[in-house]
Amino acid sequence: MISQLSWKVGGQQGEGIESTGEIFSIALNRLGYYLYGYRHFSSRIKGGHTNNKIRVSTTQVRSIADDLDILVAFDQETIDFNFHELRDGGIVIADAKFNPTIPEGTNVTLYAVPFTEIASNLGTALMKNMVAVGASSAVLDLDIEVYQEVVQEIFGRKGQQVVEKNMEAIRAGAEFMKEQLGDNIQTMKLEKADGKKRMFMIGNDAIALGAIAGGARFMAAYPITPASEIMEYLIKKLPALGGAVIQTEDEIAACTMAIGANYAGVRALTASAGPGLSLMMEAIGLAGITETPIVIVDTQRGGPSTGLPTKQEQSDLMAMIYGTHGEIPKIVMAPSTVQEAFYDMVEAFNLAEEYQCPVIVLSDLQLSLGKQTVEPLEYDKIEIRRGKLVTGELPPLDNKEYFKRYEVTEDGISPRVLPGMPNGIHHVTGVEHAETGKPSELASNRKAQMDKRLRKLKNIQFNTPVHKNVKHEEADVLIVGFNSTRGAIEEAMERLELDGLKVNHAHVRLIHPFPTDEMLPLVQSAKKVVVVEQNATGQLANIIKMNVGHADKIYSVLKYDGNPFLPHEVYTKCKELL
Amino acid sequence: MATFKDFRNDVKPNWCPGCGDFSVQAAIQRAAANVGLEPHQLAIISGIGCSGRISGYVHSYGFHGIHGRALPIAQGVKMANRDLTVIAAGGDGDGFAIGMGHTIHAIRRNIDITYIVMDNQIYGLTKGQTSPRSDVGFKTKSTPQGSVEPALSIMEMALSAGATFVAQSFSSDLKELTYLIEEGIKHKGFSLINVFSPCVTYNKVNTYDWFKENLTSLSKIEGYDPSDRMMAMQTLMKHKGLVTGLIYQNKEQKSYQELIHGYSETPLAHAELKLSKEKFDEFIVEFM
Ligand SMILES: Cc1ncc(C[n+]2csc(CCOP(=O)(O)OP(=O)(O)O)c2C)c(N)n1
Ligand code: SF4
Ligand SMILES: [Mg+2]
Repeated sequence: MISQLSWKVGGQQGEGIESTGEIFSIALNRLGYYLYGYRHFSSRIKGGHTNNKIRVSTTQVRSIADDLDILVAFDQETIDFNFHELRDGGIVIADAKFNPTIPEGTNVTLYAVPFTEIASNLGTALMKNMVAVGASSAVLDLDIEVYQEVVQEIFGRKGQQVVEKNMEAIRAGAEFMKEQLGDNIQTMKLEKADGKKRMFMIGNDAIALGAIAGGARFMAAYPITPASEIMEYLIKKLPALGGAVIQTEDEIAACTMAIGANYAGVRALTASAGPGLSLMMEAIGLAGITETPIVIVDTQRGGPSTGLPTKQEQSDLMAMIYGTHGEIPKIVMAPSTVQEAFYDMVEAFNLAEEYQCPVIVLSDLQLSLGKQTVEPLEYDKIEIRRGKLVTGELPPLDNKEYFKRYEVTEDGISPRVLPGMPNGIHHVTGVEHAETGKPSELASNRKAQMDKRLRKLKNIQFNTPVHKNVKHEEADVLIVGFNSTRGAIEEAMERLELDGLKVNHAHVRLIHPFPTDEMLPLVQSAKKVVVVEQNATGQLANIIKMNVGHADKIYSVLKYDGNPFLPHEVYTKCKELL
Repeated sequence: MATFKDFRNDVKPNWCPGCGDFSVQAAIQRAAANVGLEPHQLAIISGIGCSGRISGYVHSYGFHGIHGRALPIAQGVKMANRDLTVIAAGGDGDGFAIGMGHTIHAIRRNIDITYIVMDNQIYGLTKGQTSPRSDVGFKTKSTPQGSVEPALSIMEMALSAGATFVAQSFSSDLKELTYLIEEGIKHKGFSLINVFSPCVTYNKVNTYDWFKENLTSLSKIEGYDPSDRMMAMQTLMKHKGLVTGLIYQNKEQKSYQELIHGYSETPLAHAELKLSKEKFDEFIVEFM
């Protein structure tokens, strides 16, 4: 019996690979297993190799596995492309139809299962993925009946016959596989899971749900990988809440429309990836100088330009912190798990209104699209704070005076009224302006307004700016990361500790303004600092050097080939540096 | 009830004396009062250019954004608060060069806002370069030999993009301009009003006199019917776009807000932000 394993299904894009992974993993989730998925895909819709790798465990997992236990192949390319990942003793379950072969001289067992033939005999070759699901389940010794509910949900509207046929295909796949396995059936039998109900979602689902929970009722966006799911979820849900989503003509429109909507008082967002964020830069500056709240999600992917549009990378960091000309207050957050993505979105809307500035929520492709098991999100943790938004009645203004929307205050934050309010009339402009919003080029006013804006974030209140796993007062190494690398770092850390090293881990959740006070003691108490990030120039490392100092002991572990960090890579590279 | 004087503020426009934009400012103030608005019920969203300053010269809510983006900002404002009257305004460069993508799509989308373009066939603020509305042969700082690119036929373009309200006016004709802005505000959907608003400093060709000589009022064309799209198109082509008046209006077409599913009758800006526990639970179980 084993407590965790790694499974992958692969084939040609458009061949049902996704649904195979989807059905298999939903069933495992229902049984109470913890899952973590990664989809390898390209920007083609049909054709081209695609695969879905899923890690299954009886305890929480936050990274894809280093190796692979089971490979389900719908074509020979899948075997050729992924075989090297299989561990000693692993198995390949392949469609007998293409006469699969595996390299000789390895301790991997090939089971050729007639996926297509079994499916065709039951009615349609389309059900070959169901046969594969059944065969996989037999290896894990799962109770096939768990699929009844899942298949019902997916195919129910197509009629009972379709449901039954699909169940038959699953059963047939399982039967066939059981016979093939014979006595080997014990080797990959999974320990029973706790059967608890948990959520199973991608980061983008959590981001979108977090936006709704955070009060967002309007979104303007332009489609892009890997952000589109956020818009798609909100298109499904917002109308029932009276809200709306507009697919705009471009990201400049998306960002400025969301700014207009926030100015007028609804919580509104936009979401995109690098190319879209590049287009939004001027608008972000407008939100900064007009002190208009806005939440912008950047799901990072491989850059620059179109770069690696369907691959993992974390290279937008500097652009998000410094992007837009001139200087504005801006908050950049980086959740590292799906749970955090949800709660951070709620918080992003609160911070945007409290500090009246743009808030960028940074994600990355692996966090946005990787499907993970999530402990049920908690309603009671949702809090709405609107800062200095003025509600109720305003006193009349003297003869055509304007409301002091940009009043210079001690904390830099001014009262905010919404258009439509009697006695609140003021001007808003991207031109430097006086307290009333009227343009002013006076040197003294310029300084007063610039200082006021930048003062707003001096004492930013942010819950957990750094996720810390700090066991040692004095550490041999402090490993630092952000976004989706958390799981790989945690696992590398465990292995380094087994080697006798003292390891602390800091995952930065508030990228800007940088939480120097939180990081400094951690850096000081470590002999070396290793910053793990998925870009080529060590952007986070540079930000730490700039804010915290200690450049001489800060090292980088970088990966920018488009694939997520694996635990063993972090482990090996850290080891080399120690 | 507010009068046009209530829409005046104490800011002195930095426009050149004689600039056409003064009349547009006055027409907006009059139209707003005439349709019964109070200053706080109006939001003017403008772009960048001499013309873009207009949102700061009217006593109402105003948002002076970035070059070319008045329309998306204005649409966002309207989506957030459908009770507000929203006017977008800017120059010909703002709306037909850098912001052209937004103009076409705002027309198609048909959100209930009024867009007033102060068309002086030149870039005023940047001191006299060619604009997409400049005629062939027009000499500017950026076209010293005369422009070789044809001027954009903006009214025809609006019609072919599916506009539901298309009007054109001349800033000297305060009465007609005021009337057209009122009609634009009342129109349920996107209204485009292109206003010939002479730049007395940088455009020495398309002057007040030039317009007086070259413009034809639709009221002078017998049997002109603004509900007839074909007639509108033909008239525009015949007069090379140099007509004034209500060119086309489709009163039947529903606005974007009326067409989209689920959109709240009460302004989103007043919506309850906290999700109910029931809704939250409903959303959560879908992922289990
Ligand atoms: C992104 C950007 N590019 C260029 C400019 C410079 N700029 C300001 S206004 C303008 C054109 C003004 O022409 P128009 O829109 O016709 O307005 P007018 O001044 O004629 O009223 C330009 C190019 C800018 N502000 N922003
Ligand atoms: S430069 Fe032209 S458009 Fe600008 S204010 Fe002067 S006259 Fe008007
Ligand atoms: Mg102009």
